[in-house]
Amino acid sequence: MSNDSLRETFFAECEELVEHLTEGLDALASGEWDSETIHAIFRAVHSIKGASGAFGYSDLVTFTHAYETVLDLIRSDALDITPEILRLITRASDALAVLVDTTRQEGAASLDPVRDLIAELDSTAKAVSADAPPEPDFVFAPVTLLPIEVPGDADDTPAGADAAADAGLVISFKPLASFYVNGHEPQRFLGALAELGDLSVRCDSQSVPPLDAFDFDGAYLTWHLRLLGVADADAVNDIFAFAAGLCDLEIRPVGAGEDLTDWSVAPPAAEPDTPADTLPGPDISPAVTPSPNVSAAPVPAASPAPATEKSPPAPRGANKAANPIQTTLRVDPERVDRLINSVGELIINHAVISQKLESCGVGNDSEIMAALDDYRYLAREIQEGVMSIRAQPVKTLFQRMGRVVREAADATGKPVNFISEGETTEIDKTILERLADPLTHMLRNSVDHGLESAEKRRAAGKPELGKVRLTAAHRSGNVVIEVADDGAGLDRERILAKALDKGLVLPDAKLTEAEIDNLLFAPGFSTADSITNLSGRGVGMDVVKTTIASLGGKVGISSVHGQGSTFTISLPLTLAVLDGMVIGVGEETMVLPLASVVETVRPNRSDIHEIGSGERVLSVRGAYVPVVDLAKTFGMHSAGSLKRDRSYVLLDAGGASIAVAVDSIQDQRQVVIKSLEGNYGAVNGIAAATILGDGKIALIIDSEALVELVSPRRKNRPLIELEA
Amino acid sequence: MTDDDTTDRGNIIEFVSLSAGGQGFCVEITSIREIRRWSQVTALPFSEDSVLGVMNLRGAVIPIVDLAGRLGLGTTEIGSRNIVVVVAIGSRIMGLLVDSVSEILSVNSETIRPNPTLRRDGGTSHVTGLLPVEDVMLRVLDLSALFANEGEEAA
Repeated sequence: MSNDSLRETFFAECEELVEHLTEGLDALASGEWDSETIHAIFRAVHSIKGASGAFGYSDLVTFTHAYETVLDLIRSDALDITPEILRLITRASDALAVLVDTTRQEGAASLDPVRDLIAELDSTAKAVSADAPPEPDFVFAPVTLLPIEVPGDADDTPAGADAAADAGLVISFKPLASFYVNGHEPQRFLGALAELGDLSVRCDSQSVPPLDAFDFDGAYLTWHLRLLGVADADAVNDIFAFAAGLCDLEIRPVGAGEDLTDWSVAPPAAEPDTPADTLPGPDISPAVTPSPNVSAAPVPAASPAPATEKSPPAPRGANKAANPIQTTLRVDPERVDRLINSVGELIINHAVISQKLESCGVGNDSEIMAALDDYRYLAREIQEGVMSIRAQPVKTLFQRMGRVVREAADATGKPVNFISEGETTEIDKTILERLADPLTHMLRNSVDHGLESAEKRRAAGKPELGKVRLTAAHRSGNVVIEVADDGAGLDRERILAKALDKGLVLPDAKLTEAEIDNLLFAPGFSTADSITNLSGRGVGMDVVKTTIASLGGKVGISSVHGQGSTFTISLPLTLAVLDGMVIGVGEETMVLPLASVVETVRPNRSDIHEIGSGERVLSVRGAYVPVVDLAKTFGMHSAGSLKRDRSYVLLDAGGASIAVAVDSIQDQRQVVIKSLEGNYGAVNGIAAATILGDGKIALIIDSEALVELVSPRRKNRPLIELEA
Repeated sequence: MTDDDTTDRGNIIEFVSLSAGGQGFCVEITSIREIRRWSQVTALPFSEDSVLGVMNLRGAVIPIVDLAGRLGLGTTEIGSRNIVVVVAIGSRIMGLLVDSVSEILSVNSETIRPNPTLRRDGGTSHVTGLLPVEDVMLRVLDLSALFANEGEEAA
């Protein structure tokens, strides 16, 4: 693994950790949390800190350290979660996400933007430690998780009687076999410790077996360390954070009257019969042995002492809690694509076998057919599983967007309530990743330009708290993402004036409202009178539009004066599954997205009315719906002429209804969407293709485009432009 | 992958010779993915006449183009004896319907003669050279020039 790929992994992990952090903070904000939530938040920040240190990102370490200190106080109940604190740690989490991002992109991040925040975190932490009396009992209350250590703790607390000038720690460090398997090097840790203070090291090799019993992969050595001049066990714990769970670590303060020459001999004596590789035993023996010494522990150590005793459970808790936390697997998407294709083939292959068997005269009730049914069932299951790998819920993205909105709200001083809906909507991962930039821009716009200031809102009789809503949903074969605000709506006069000013439209041009709205997407257009930090740099919505278009999507605006604007992004689901109705059109088989199908009808002849030449309408319960002959629209041969009784499928798309005349309705099923655009290009009226059970390709109809195609008057653009 | 590589390696280029619309062509072997029999395709609406439709190639949807039609040499009569040459043009995969595929030729790049015909519009022709093989002449086809605009036109 190269350093680069390690670094990639680090950042990917950071992203995951930030996600956990955000989830935890959300839980805090909603009030549904317990101590585990706090622990999870702390761990996330702590892990980022640890890993950043390993990669030498000292700025990240500095920031996470300040952050972690505050979280640690919360964790130890020394600090209550007031709304102010919650806001502080939420802001810190946002800042951390940005720092991680910047570091990833630029290799380093400047702390300048977060200096104030760090100072605030520091002062919060200081305020607490200043006015909080040493409350070791409360502090290490959670320690009772580990019953073994309770007696030790109990002895500890009343202990710290006399002060000790020469504060120090005695550390017993016994790596487990997994420590070495993970590529750790004890010397590194010792080196790091030596930087903290005066370190003496003694290696206990008593457990090394004779050569014939020696296991090369085993772990036999224990280091007994004495670190003088350091009273804070946290610093030591930080160093060992990476090896949490991979070694047995025992830290205790140096006893005042302790014999400095003999300090390390006692613990190892207990060790030979506890092979560290398997037993958690070593934890126990040193824990018991040191207790007489600890009774003489110095007073200032009172606060470190609980910390010390507390720290071993921390990594342990981390291990335990790591399971319920969702971890992810990183796989090259191409591998998944290959799987998807192979599984598709598997299903088609099933259909082929079953057809062949039938033609051999094998009955449906035979055993082989029953086995084949199992085969189909399994293949479908694999298919669903594989498909779900590629598609990912928008949740992560939306969480990130929540940060964007908070930042924007902070920067503009507008109070904003961010609402996200449809977080479980799944989109292809590639699309998801490329959506981040346009969405960021749109959300910033919504806060910066869309929402009015609190005063204006009050004046307009609206609640001061502005609303920005981000929603995702599947709609007729597309993923539709909406960014809506309840601001003033688009100021069309200003937009038009600006466009005239920039020469984007001719002075005598008569534009419809929709056309004016669309000017926002013109290159170089920016309405902000003053250039703010957030938006208004002139690279605006046109970039958004280009990005969305490159993903095969569309952006639209709707705006109501005084009530807000809604930007709608509609994206294809390249690799998603679609519920479709399989229909016969002429000699071809096609698929209609079930989402837009209202009903199917076989009307009486008298329900169909001709209007003029060729135009027909179907009367359905008193309403007249235009009839679309698919075969004719797509220029295909229709098997049956108009005289034959045909089925009609009522579609509702893009706000209009049409009745699609089809030759047959064959099936309703889930189909795998295969994009046409990669190898061919977009086809008007066709959303994508799919492969049927017999291996043939069926085209999936784009209901909305079909509606536009057959009633071009509904559109602003002439049809020719679409085909050009 | 392209000319530079092949010329560096001793000027030997491998071509696959094929015939379409009654003329002999050859295509660099590096752009050919596979050669298969004709099978039924699914027609695409609003497509050019030369685009016959799309085919399922092991789970990928690829367009099938009548090479003769694309070159303006009339329409290939479709029968079971036709051959589809699956080619990669850039990142796109498509199938070319041809009358037949004959052989693989290893030729020295120096034996390729430039195409002496000039286009009035000054554009690049999709026939980049002429290759005499025994008593026939093969046209060296530049597929990326031939399909340069494909895929954008409908978007």
